[in-house]
Amino acid sequence: MYDFLWLVPALPFAGFFILAVFGKKLGTRLSAFIGVGSVSLSALLTLLIGLRFLSNPPEGHAFHQVLWSWMAAGKFQVNFALHLDALSLVFIFVITFVGSLIHLYSTEYMAGDKGFSRFFAYMNLFVGAMLLLVLGDSLLLLYLGWEGVGLCSYLLIGFWYNDPANGYAARKAFIVTRVGDAAMAVGLFLLFSSFGTLNIQEILNKAPQVWSVGNQTAVIATLLLLGGAVGKSAQLPLQVWLPDAMAGPTPTSALIHAATMVTAGVYLIARMHGIYELAPFSMTAVAVVGAATLLVAGFAGMAQEDIKRVLAYSTVSQIGYMFLALGVGAWSAGIFHFMIHAFFKALLFLGAGAIIIAQHHEQNMFKMGGLAKALPITFWTFLIGSGSLAALPLITAGFYSKDAIIWFAWAGPNGSVYLWAAAVFGAIVTAFYTFRMVFVTFFGEQKIEVSHYPRWTIHLPLIVLAFFALFGGFIELPGTMGHFTLFSDFLKSVLPVEMAHHESASLEWFSQILTATLALAAIYLAYVLYLKKPHLVAAITDTRWGGDLKRFFLSGLGFDWVYERLFIRPYVWIARINKRDFIDLFFVFLPWLSRQFHYAFSYTQSGKVRRYIWGIALGAVVSITIVVFL
Amino acid sequence: MTVFFYIAALIAILSTVLVVTRANVVHALIYMVISLLATAVMFFIVGAPFMAALEIMIYAGAIMVLFVFVIMMLNLGAKGVEQEKEWLSASGWIIPALFSFVLLAEVVYLIVASPVSPLAGKMVPPKEVGYSLFTTYLLGVELAAVLLLAGIVGAYHLARKKKHVVHRFLQSKGADE
Amino acid sequence: MSEISLNTGLIIASILFFTGFLGVMIRRNILFMLISVEIMLNAAGLAFVFAGARWHAPDGQIMLIFILTMAAAEVAVGLALMIQVYQKFKTLDSDAVSNMRG
Repeated sequence: MYDFLWLVPALPFAGFFILAVFGKKLGTRLSAFIGVGSVSLSALLTLLIGLRFLSNPPEGHAFHQVLWSWMAAGKFQVNFALHLDALSLVFIFVITFVGSLIHLYSTEYMAGDKGFSRFFAYMNLFVGAMLLLVLGDSLLLLYLGWEGVGLCSYLLIGFWYNDPANGYAARKAFIVTRVGDAAMAVGLFLLFSSFGTLNIQEILNKAPQVWSVGNQTAVIATLLLLGGAVGKSAQLPLQVWLPDAMAGPTPTSALIHAATMVTAGVYLIARMHGIYELAPFSMTAVAVVGAATLLVAGFAGMAQEDIKRVLAYSTVSQIGYMFLALGVGAWSAGIFHFMIHAFFKALLFLGAGAIIIAQHHEQNMFKMGGLAKALPITFWTFLIGSGSLAALPLITAGFYSKDAIIWFAWAGPNGSVYLWAAAVFGAIVTAFYTFRMVFVTFFGEQKIEVSHYPRWTIHLPLIVLAFFALFGGFIELPGTMGHFTLFSDFLKSVLPVEMAHHESASLEWFSQILTATLALAAIYLAYVLYLKKPHLVAAITDTRWGGDLKRFFLSGLGFDWVYERLFIRPYVWIARINKRDFIDLFFVFLPWLSRQFHYAFSYTQSGKVRRYIWGIALGAVVSITIVVFL
Repeated sequence: MTVFFYIAALIAILSTVLVVTRANVVHALIYMVISLLATAVMFFIVGAPFMAALEIMIYAGAIMVLFVFVIMMLNLGAKGVEQEKEWLSASGWIIPALFSFVLLAEVVYLIVASPVSPLAGKMVPPKEVGYSLFTTYLLGVELAAVLLLAGIVGAYHLARKKKHVVHRFLQSKGADE
Repeated sequence: MSEISLNTGLIIASILFFTGFLGVMIRRNILFMLISVEIMLNAAGLAFVFAGARWHAPDGQIMLIFILTMAAAEVAVGLALMIQVYQKFKTLDSDAVSNMRG
């Protein structure tokens, strides 16, 4: 069974290739069939491999499949090889499973679009690249997948390329992640120069021997990798691209910017946990970045009007939670939250997409309303997803994953009470803006009539994901509820088990009850402000400081404004003054010279016979002079 | 005898210069004829009487007369003389004269630099010329005949008054307007 | 007669030749250009005859015959063309027939 591992990324790549080359000729039905089928087959294979892995784990809890030798230059030897262990199994499960559901959804969402087969080609390419990223056994293969998903992100954000704003958003995404990628590349160089190899397992084995805890190079390398992760996962300070990336089609936002690509950074840090443990400073940096991001994004989410932007900021915020978890040493809690988040965030995006196409492509939620009656299935699944996001206590999966993180932010090996406070506050803000979104969109009176009722291809993914958003959390219960550690046991073979260093049940109770109560209070506040007494909000924003605050939050806390002034304007200015630079002079000179020759020669073509005879005479003089006298 | 040679040479050169500088075409032609006659004298002195006779008969007698006929046909008159005077400006002379002079100087230098070789004093009789013409240079004679034929036919054809033909589509258009 | 050297004759011929060349370069009237070409041809033939006299061979004179023939044919055709030019452009200005410009 394990020998079929290579098919898991190969099938989507094959789908991409077929659709890219023959897409136009295949037509809608066949394109959809190939697009959805390739990823679904991969999901099926993953399921079978996963079952085999659970029942009969391979040697060392890891399966290694070498496909071919990629590069061999002297001492530098890199193979194109796949490495399957518990961590990558979790990731490929999420990617293929959620991916196939989203592909199915897209057949209805993108129906009637001119670029239907192009869309599926790009999505397949993305899934293939993402699978390579998580299955690669060396950092070079990971980087290949990294760049591949960045490319697909660009292609898919700018999918409707006729609108230049989409192209701008795509470029912005690509350039901002590029900054991170550059840092990551330097980090890879540093790692290679320290270890002589880019093979992940070798690095993790060698690291404790080569570096002592707190080694300078370790800190720098891990900080650089963090830079790459920050770029790809849209954390502070590179989070500016994700809200604008909502210009792409909603299935793209669901797959790439919620469930998978933005979690590549999480995967990277989790995978390289070995070297992060050798650099406590970097761990703290990861945690601080996560904490700061979740707060910033939460505040920004509170003021957004576009439903997709709310979800985008919530994605940034939730990944901040994952980073926080990794940074304090709660490795499997971070991965657990990743998995649950993938489910409910994809659910939320797909639901938002269903709402959008049901409301004549209107995305401003303040123009919607009353959809609870009109779109019941969408409403209930969306409600479940929002509950999971807001971590409604006990019934939703999000509660278990997020609470684990909040607890370990205080009690984890690297935790502190400040991080815990930030996480709790973030949870409050999350609950508030999530249910603000729900109340404004689904309750109240219906302002726009439904233009498109979703069919089974939209409802089925929503229902399946809602199921997981509800019940997926029960595989890992916290210490206060029986300490059922199915998930972290599964990951034990790869990631170190986190040990809380305040092993105190009562503190854990306190944290959980506090968080739950405050979250419910926030939901009630959202209910009051947006359903019962909507004029209160208007009253606040009408005041001077209220309006300024709202604009500040709406613009994502002014990061775009700062970056524009700090980086973009000087760069554009330099490019403009350098348009006719001195190197260009030489190349301008050459055409000028030929034009001068042209003028000279056309002067001699006067058409007058006498002039030609003069030419003969001149030539004769010159020739005879040369021959006779030289 | 050499004195006559140099006198004839001088006359030839002078009249050639005059040919080039006259405004009136007919005057120029007269000077040309004089130059040809002087050349004939030079031929005679050097020992080529046949050539001297041919020069006068063909060159001065036929070719120059042809020129005169054409001028008569064109009928330019006094207006033509005025125009010619207008075109003969001094500024146009300088550079061509310079070229010409430089070339002349070079050729003269080349000639002077080569060893002196005196002309044979004896005359080459016409009989010898004729004999050589029809044995060694027979092919050349035939070719020259063909050339003359081509010249005749070409000259006749080119000098015809051509009717200016207008395409019938254009003709009808003109008629409508 | 043996005091005249070939060099002198050639110098005379070249003076005549370059005078004719000068005439071709300077004059705008096509007719004058043709006359100047005739001068040049005559000068060339003069050089040939001198050379033939130097070697006491008839070859120089035979060359002159050929040159003469060629000059006659050329003049005939050239004058015919000149008449056509005059009828089309109504002028004998060689600068006027410069449609092959550029």
